[in-house]
Amino acid sequence: MAEPHVARRRALTVAGVLLSVSVLAPYLVMLLTALKPDAELRITPPRLFPVSWRVTNFLDVVSDPEFRAWLRSSLVVASASTAIVLLAATPAAYYTARHRFPGRAAFLFLVLVTQMFAPTTLVVGLYREFFELSLVNTYTALILTNAAFNLAFAIWILRAFFASIPRELEEAAAVDGCGRVRTLCSIVLPLARPALVTATIFAFIAAWNEYIVALTLMTDPDKRPLTVGITTYVTAYVQHWNHLFAASVIAIVPVVLLFALIERHLVTGLTAGGVK
Amino acid sequence: MVYPAIVLVRTSLARYSITGRHQGWVGLGNYARLLGQEALPTVVSNTIVWVLTIVAVTLVLSLGLAQLLNARFPGRNVVRWTLIVPWAASLIVTSKLFVWIYDYYFGILNGALVGLGVLGGPVDWLGNDRTVMSAMIAVGVFVSLPFTTYVLLAGLATIPNDVHEAARVDGASPWRAYRSVTLPLLKPALLVATALNVIYVFNSFPIVWTLNDRNPGFAHDTMITYMYKIAFRSGLRDVGLAAAVGVVNVALILVAVAAYLRTVNWRDAEA
Repeated sequence: MAEPHVARRRALTVAGVLLSVSVLAPYLVMLLTALKPDAELRITPPRLFPVSWRVTNFLDVVSDPEFRAWLRSSLVVASASTAIVLLAATPAAYYTARHRFPGRAAFLFLVLVTQMFAPTTLVVGLYREFFELSLVNTYTALILTNAAFNLAFAIWILRAFFASIPRELEEAAAVDGCGRVRTLCSIVLPLARPALVTATIFAFIAAWNEYIVALTLMTDPDKRPLTVGITTYVTAYVQHWNHLFAASVIAIVPVVLLFALIERHLVTGLTAGGVK
Repeated sequence: MVYPAIVLVRTSLARYSITGRHQGWVGLGNYARLLGQEALPTVVSNTIVWVLTIVAVTLVLSLGLAQLLNARFPGRNVVRWTLIVPWAASLIVTSKLFVWIYDYYFGILNGALVGLGVLGGPVDWLGNDRTVMSAMIAVGVFVSLPFTTYVLLAGLATIPNDVHEAARVDGASPWRAYRSVTLPLLKPALLVATALNVIYVFNSFPIVWTLNDRNPGFAHDTMITYMYKIAFRSGLRDVGLAAAVGVVNVALILVAVAAYLRTVNWRDAEA
């Protein structure tokens, strides 16, 4: 009995390793290219590993004033839009989890539908809207767009969590003389920390990775966020693939780590009640 | 969220100069002009191929991956964790990465295939009309796998273990048990994964935008990049016409959303 069991586990492990290797292979190419000196980018046939490892590519990128400007834009836009998402989603999610009111179903429905619409579909409308408001090329436009499109996920995930907190806890707090706001702040929110962390990380990453709206609205090179900025390392005129990928590694490593933290909650939030 | 949609519809009913000045209302004129666009049939068929192929291939592969990652073996969590990378990395970074991997002269793909003797000479994956769509679809599948696999894993987690045991006791072969027990129970998760993937893949912009960058015209565009080029890049710079494409896209997604909501029956799920 034990023999086939061991063989099966071994086969599964091999399959798992193969899967990991194939998923990571492109990103390994990215990392190794980021470590090549310029001259080695143009070798035929291409080599996977650098001949001389040029770690200073990363320093070049980090000390590049343009890269710093993009990084700053990304940080400003992602942080501000995440803050707005949390401030708006928390009360909305709490209220819909605790109260039944006319239009509640319609409200939740609308929230769900917005999640299906990437800003991509509406980008022409968004552009016209901000053009008419004279907000093209401003952080405000990008922050508002990101906040609006990430709100749905945050409301759904928080609402599900608030609904799972027993009412008795809040009633006990009320008996002890806590007001509504105090109950929310000192009882409900601390309990909902996992959901808040998930919503925060998700909103931050989504804004951090956003591309099409930034590409459309931010024509001023200094205000571009990372996603748009780093593509200028490789154009028809210059091809600094090593710098592009060094910058990419810097941009995605923190995101992947954060993402790993919330992985198990993501499916719940994104499928919004579909898989249970 | 709703306002840009209104602006989009309004924009689709007007004519604009290339600098964005409103030049009067044209009613449904933009839609009529859209139907007359030479590229439209190509773009529509590209979109259908793009969405159907990616979703179908992704689902089949993800079913296998979910089954693998649902089994117990040492290091499973590490494997699950690596699967996150293409999901978390920004699409534009992954797209640029594949432009480099597919590169005619210096790309590692040609290097490896020619080195192994699979190909006699390098292939211009992104410049050749016959390969560019498949090359883009491969990237589309690659980035869709993690999310889909995770949804299916969540579905598998809801299937109680005794069901599998009962099938085994009844003498069902593993494949038979999978087909007649696991798959039917996985149906809700599959439907959700399908519907969401259709929406995400339809909306996908960076892959086609980046990998198809070198090719002129609209021969390999989907509805989304077609709309974008009309509005902001091509010689047309025609915001009114692009908005008309946008409205059509919104309508198509609404149909997909309606199908999605029907399948998940969201009102029940909520209770």
